Amino acid sequence: MKFGVVVFPGSNCDYDAYMVAKNVVHRQVEFLWHQETSLHDCDCVILPGGFSYGDYLRTGAIARFSPIMKRVMEFAREGGLVAGICNGFQILLEAGLLPGAMLRNTSLRFICKFVRVRVENENTPFTRKCKTGQVLKIPIAHTDGNYFIPEEGLNQLKENDQIVFRYCDEKGDITPPANPNGSLYNIAGICNRTKNVLGMMPHPERASEVILGSEDGKYIFQSIVDFFSQGR
Amino acid sequence: MSQENGVGKAVVYVKLKDGVLDPQGSTIKRALEDMGYQGIKDIRFGKMFEITFQKDGKGKPEELIDELCRKLLTNPVIEKYNFEIVQ
Repeated sequence: MKFGVVVFPGSNCDYDAYMVAKNVVHRQVEFLWHQETSLHDCDCVILPGGFSYGDYLRTGAIARFSPIMKRVMEFAREGGLVAGICNGFQILLEAGLLPGAMLRNTSLRFICKFVRVRVENENTPFTRKCKTGQVLKIPIAHTDGNYFIPEEGLNQLKENDQIVFRYCDEKGDITPPANPNGSLYNIAGICNRTKNVLGMMPHPERASEVILGSEDGKYIFQSIVDFFSQGR
Repeated sequence: MSQENGVGKAVVYVKLKDGVLDPQGSTIKRALEDMGYQGIKDIRFGKMFEITFQKDGKGKPEELIDELCRKLLTNPVIEKYNFEIVQ
């Protein structure tokens, strides 16, 4: 299988994602420039973290109109795997591939630290090497990660098992102090109804090697690899 | 140049929908209270755009500005907008 990492002007986690795909899970990987209109036969597209277009207007609002996003949206609708990390998640929300929107963190601060997230659904291509209830140690690094969705939308996320990660404490309890940014329902990551599009604020690509303080992020990449090698 | 083909100007106001948490607005309110202003009931943070455009004499400017608001300037999940054509 082959990963594709989209590079927008202002992406800054593109190399991290590329390195994990290449050197940690040992798969083919290619950068996809935002001006391109082809995905070069990539099987899983990663929208990396960063500050695409300087976060001008709203986070992800302008990147969503990049030429490559038109193709990414078609690919997602065809069932292709798309994972948006941090700014990538924000882009997926703006593109309407995932429901909801991001507000400014309640602290108004840029928060960069390790957090714990609990896996809420192991039955996605992105979490199939995890166990539901498992606690992952992965860092966040954002100013606009305060996930919001109207009540009706939240109910739909719950009914369709679209909530993938929630902020928790070290024991896996979902508590207000474990919520770093004010996200509704402690939501850290969600997927679409068909489970082929994932958005998450924590950065698994920054926590996939022991030397980086955690390798829990590797589960996400290994799950994707497993999805293609073990059959769907 | 006729009025129809001149330059138009619109002002767009964007704010968070009622009920959507506004961390910036509430922080500004707290700061004002710390400064001694005790009568402030609520502050909602927003954005304003001044748009200058070429009138083509065909479509209504209101329709153009509304389209810009819907497609890019606002996120309908969390924001609402209104605008006025000032020129």
